Amino acid sequence: MVPLNYIARNLWKRRLTTALTAGGLALVVYVFATVLMLDAGLKRTLVTTGEYDNVVVIRKGADTEIQSIISRTQANIIEMNPALASGPDGLPRAAKETVVLISLNRSGSERASNVVIRGTSSAGLQLRPQVKVTQGRLFRSGSSEIIVGSNIAKGYDGTRIGERLRFAQREWTIVGVFDAGASGFDSEVWGDADQLMQSFRRRSYSAMVLKLADSALFERLRSEIDADPRLTNEAKREQVFYSDQSKALSTFLSVLGLTLTGIFSIGATIGAMITMYASVSNRVAEIGTLRALGFRSRSVLFAFLLEALLLGLVGGVMGLAGASVMQLVSFSTTNFQTFSDLSFRFLLTPEIVAKTLLFALAMGLLGGFLPAVRAARLNIVDALRAA
Amino acid sequence: MNALKLILRNALRHRLRTGLTVTGLLVAVLAYGLLQTVVDAWYAGAAASSRARLITRNSISLAFSLPLSYENRVRGVDGVAGVARSNWFGGIYQEPKNFFPQFAVSDNYLKLYPEFVLPEAQRTAFMRDRKGALIGRQLADRFGFKLGDALPLRGAVYPGTWEFVVRGIFDGADESTVTNLMLFHWDYLNESLRKTAPLRANQVGVYVLGIDEPDNAAAVSLAVDAAFKNSLAETLTETEQAFQLGFVAMSNQIIAAIRIVSYVVILIIMAVMANTMAMSARERTAEYATLKALGFGPGFLATLIFGESLAICALGGGLGLALTPSAAAAFKSQAGGIFPIFAVSPETLAAQAACALAVGVLAAIVPAVRAARVRVVDGLRAVG
Repeated sequence: MVPLNYIARNLWKRRLTTALTAGGLALVVYVFATVLMLDAGLKRTLVTTGEYDNVVVIRKGADTEIQSIISRTQANIIEMNPALASGPDGLPRAAKETVVLISLNRSGSERASNVVIRGTSSAGLQLRPQVKVTQGRLFRSGSSEIIVGSNIAKGYDGTRIGERLRFAQREWTIVGVFDAGASGFDSEVWGDADQLMQSFRRRSYSAMVLKLADSALFERLRSEIDADPRLTNEAKREQVFYSDQSKALSTFLSVLGLTLTGIFSIGATIGAMITMYASVSNRVAEIGTLRALGFRSRSVLFAFLLEALLLGLVGGVMGLAGASVMQLVSFSTTNFQTFSDLSFRFLLTPEIVAKTLLFALAMGLLGGFLPAVRAARLNIVDALRAA
Repeated sequence: MNALKLILRNALRHRLRTGLTVTGLLVAVLAYGLLQTVVDAWYAGAAASSRARLITRNSISLAFSLPLSYENRVRGVDGVAGVARSNWFGGIYQEPKNFFPQFAVSDNYLKLYPEFVLPEAQRTAFMRDRKGALIGRQLADRFGFKLGDALPLRGAVYPGTWEFVVRGIFDGADESTVTNLMLFHWDYLNESLRKTAPLRANQVGVYVLGIDEPDNAAAVSLAVDAAFKNSLAETLTETEQAFQLGFVAMSNQIIAAIRIVSYVVILIIMAVMANTMAMSARERTAEYATLKALGFGPGFLATLIFGESLAICALGGGLGLALTPSAAAAFKSQAGGIFPIFAVSPETLAAQAACALAVGVLAAIVPAVRAARVRVVDGLRAVG
């Protein structure tokens, strides 16, 4: 077995070449890791949006809350279903909500983005325990007060406490900022449902959020709502509902990102291959000497493979370091399905670290394989003669 | 001695290395070209829109509609030549991934869109049939629709099953016109809504305004919005181009990311190219020393190195450029309906050539400087 020391020192000896090749590999790894982190961040934002025991009821056939309508009569019927949990006051734990889009300007940009305004009640807040009012206070029911999510407060103009937003012919005062645990609610504005419906001249709700008395009762609730001839609604678990809403965006981002990474990895692997071929051809005499000393051709093969893997590892670690800096950046775009703005961060998980390092090692291995085979096949006498 | 001959022979000395480098360059230039074309395709809708048309929508958001009663008032504003209605239908044809835009439009819509070319007979057939539909050439080719075919849609925004009959297939006046959309009668939509959901009837998604003078666009926009200030549904009027750009801006971070990534790929290949040139130059130190001893100056050595680098880049870049149009065509057929317009622009091709040139020049700088500085004595000292 050729000593590891020898392999590592070889990389160090030709520093410029190693740096350039590892640099190319690092760039590809950076793009790969960033795409994975983007997808993980998006998924986490949407999955944490929602409790497992909560159920969202919308109109049948509507994919999003924006498209859905629930009349007051239907809302009352659904509320009376025995599968729902009861609050301390004996009333069912259900929130009737109206969801609307308005245009706001992102900070430092003239372009307006669509922002979700959710008309809800204190029941709606209780059904989402991950939401906490961090600054100011909750809006008073019956008033023109609103609270904004943390992403809205950070990323948009005119959204500090005490400032006013004007929409639907009224001025709404911002009285608080809430934090929703890095879920989709962080990009929303919440207000009183009845006031918002009145302002937007709506007669019906958009959706309802219910809490189940027992998680196992979901199937019963779902089939009862389905079978009831008075209702044109369907029920979904809250987490499933929100993850479905991002499928198109998530798929698009992953496909785009991974295709790009695939193309880039070809370029970087070629770079690794060139480096390793040169490395082999420059050390023909050394290889001959090693073989003459008694190292088998298999050892030579492994030595060069290890050198290539080490090169890949260096590139991988550099790329990963760059990608982990991206965690400080937040990304906001419009979700094509819901037509509203969504902000999320890049998330680095141990799984992504593992995948990225494997990818880097794979590139190194692919690049170094053919050169290593050539090195192993060298004839001892010819190799020594070349010295 | 002929420098060009030396350059070419040097480049072909290590055929494997040169071949790999050329392949890398080809892939990088191709990737760069495709990415820039994707960004262009995203802006295609805005590029194709007219300056002589304005779009009036509800100022709160596109998700809200305008009352039908606004139509006559808008028509009365100075500078407005014609007003048409358009509602986004948002239906599903068989399954969601077969997405294409569908609009319920008023009868004078086609007058405002002269770029849709339709034979007179088909136009008459469409006007006669309340359930008639007009589809664009791209859409007809994609699903194989012919005149007289039935087109059922499952409504998502307007629930229910809606039946249409293809009465006309229109072509675009030129390459940049988007023709993967479907138009049908607004009256058909409204009449059905009056029966099934009366509260949603008599609502218009957007008004399309034709103006007589494109230069008056700003003034007419302000005049229209002023007419509806402080009303129940305040309006926002903008040119069609601004309207389309608004959609693009919603994904502007993604577009910025794609642009950045397209330059990253050039950086990657520059690293590879620099590596190749550095290795080649280092191996030939003795030769450079010999040339210097023979009397060739450092300028000649620099020419050799730059020439070799540029020759390899020209080959790789040239191949990449040549393959870009066919790669774009293949991508378009795979991407389906997402990018109806996907054409490589001359600017992209020029940018690709410039990138290849830049890579060739930058990669050769350090080796050329080193070679020019090599001392004859040191160079000839190396044995073998």
